Amino acid sequence: MKKKKKRQDWVFDIFNYLIIGIITILCIFPFYYVFIYSISDAKLAEQGISLLPKGFSLQSYITLFKLNDIPHAIFISVLRTLIGTVGTVLACSFFAYLVSIPEMWFRSFIYRLCIFSMYCNAGMIPVYLVIKGLHLTNSFWVYIIPGLAVAYYIILIKTYIESLPASLRESAMLDGAGTLSVYWKIVLPLSKPIIATIALFTAVGQWNSWFDNKLYNTKAGLKTLQLVLYDYLNSSSVLQNMSNLDLAAGRASQMTTPMSLKVAITVITILPIIIVYPFMQRYFTKGIMMGAVKG
Amino acid sequence: MYQKISGKKTGGLTKRGRTPFLLSLPFVLFFIVFSYLPLAGWIIGFFNYKPGLNLLDCEFVGLKYFMEIFKDWRQTSIVLRNTLVLSGLNLLFSWVPMIFAIMLNEIRSNKVRKFVQTATTLPNFVSWIIVYGIAFAIFSNEGIVNNLLTKIGILNTGVNVLGNEKIAWWFQTALSMWKNLGWSAIIYIAAVAGISQELYDAARVDGAGRLAEIRHITLPGLLPTYFVLLLLSISNILSNGFDQYFAFSNPMVSSKLNVLDVYVYNLGIGQNLYSYSTVVGMSKSLISVLLLVGANWMSKKIRKESIF
Repeated sequence: MKKKKKRQDWVFDIFNYLIIGIITILCIFPFYYVFIYSISDAKLAEQGISLLPKGFSLQSYITLFKLNDIPHAIFISVLRTLIGTVGTVLACSFFAYLVSIPEMWFRSFIYRLCIFSMYCNAGMIPVYLVIKGLHLTNSFWVYIIPGLAVAYYIILIKTYIESLPASLRESAMLDGAGTLSVYWKIVLPLSKPIIATIALFTAVGQWNSWFDNKLYNTKAGLKTLQLVLYDYLNSSSVLQNMSNLDLAAGRASQMTTPMSLKVAITVITILPIIIVYPFMQRYFTKGIMMGAVKG
Repeated sequence: MYQKISGKKTGGLTKRGRTPFLLSLPFVLFFIVFSYLPLAGWIIGFFNYKPGLNLLDCEFVGLKYFMEIFKDWRQTSIVLRNTLVLSGLNLLFSWVPMIFAIMLNEIRSNKVRKFVQTATTLPNFVSWIIVYGIAFAIFSNEGIVNNLLTKIGILNTGVNVLGNEKIAWWFQTALSMWKNLGWSAIIYIAAVAGISQELYDAARVDGAGRLAEIRHITLPGLLPTYFVLLLLSISNILSNGFDQYFAFSNPMVSSKLNVLDVYVYNLGIGQNLYSYSTVVGMSKSLISVLLLVGANWMSKKIRKESIF
């Protein structure tokens, strides 16, 4: 009896590990594949690569960085990620702190106004018209301002602040601290865990977003890396020209193909995510589970 | 003393509540402008609105554009079909993350479990544009998939996966699964951790094997969570998201990937039909809210608990 059960467990484990192993490989391999493709020799890669890079060449990256639009797009993307994250974190935490103050006038009304904004989805065109009316189109600030106060994050921070001992705030106020200095000196430092979670999610969101760029900004100088990637993926002719230029420039080691260029931009766009990813891991469960806390 | 500091609970507006109130006014303005003002913009759905013109100079057309949804039924039905099929396919496989979480829970080694979780969650954090870029590299003619298939001899020439109308729906469903599996599993992994260990101990005393444990303890323990998430996704059935289908759309497959969100964009931004696009978006929002209220009502009725 006992022996039989053990054997059953053994079969179960094999199947379990096998399926989970396949799923894991399916999730990671595509990232690995684009990476080895991007550092392979472009002409050799064209004949197909599978597990290891063929040859070695960084020419695709060199060609891309010689273009003006890629470094500039990286700059814009980094800028919006930095400013957007700091702005969103400060705005959300400050508002969450305000609505956590029991004496605030019209507190529940103002908090409800914030929560219901989550369920208001007017649609693309009405929002577009408002943004346009505010003269935010063709401006860097359209990346930052509409995302400053996010109802969902505000709920999370407010719940967190309310779990802190109220006596801290009370005693600080007794010592004569005002609303602002309580926020800056007490609430903000104490809310670090939740702030870090929200900062990471905002940063990834900022880096990944491209639709605001597509919809509101047509100026080339404001183009984000994501949209540059999208445009390059869909335009073969520009890349073909670039490859031909490389070809004309001479040596075989300097060759690129449209595909190698596309893959290289993809890798450049993924890289920052991969870099911050290990730091994010501990916030996963926090981030998603706190959503289960009722507003 | 404490009473004095914290102000009177019932006394209405104390002086200490004024500064927080004043400081919150910019936020109130923010929510009004970015969330509520666009709702007022729905009014252009009742006018023949032309970009750049003053609304008062535009012709009032009443429900004309609502009728247009039905007049243009040929197009509307295609968009609705795509939306419902793609949402339906995602609902059909919505149990997969739960099973994945259960399987992951059966792995004894903490390190392996953590690694698998990290690896499978990664795709959730890249944009759909990046997914498009990766898919482009993998499924193109010179990509690894076509290369392997021709080498093994399954195919003679490469197939164009991204431009294949016949498999477009399945391919998109597989991509959503790839991107969301690990992330969606997290909530179930947390729920598994919440199941009382005593239940397992008792089952083991009764001689239950691991499959029996899963069937009689883990799975029933996760079903309430699954049920809530299912209800929420049913209420989201009209919003498949814009990014994925916009990114993967091309002339070959657009007849299959033209979902409501993409349609609204193409009408409004592509063809400058502001009023009609607004009406389609408005109808979508209203039906979604109704579905959400319905889902909540069902949850209350069946589980005696509201979902929000």
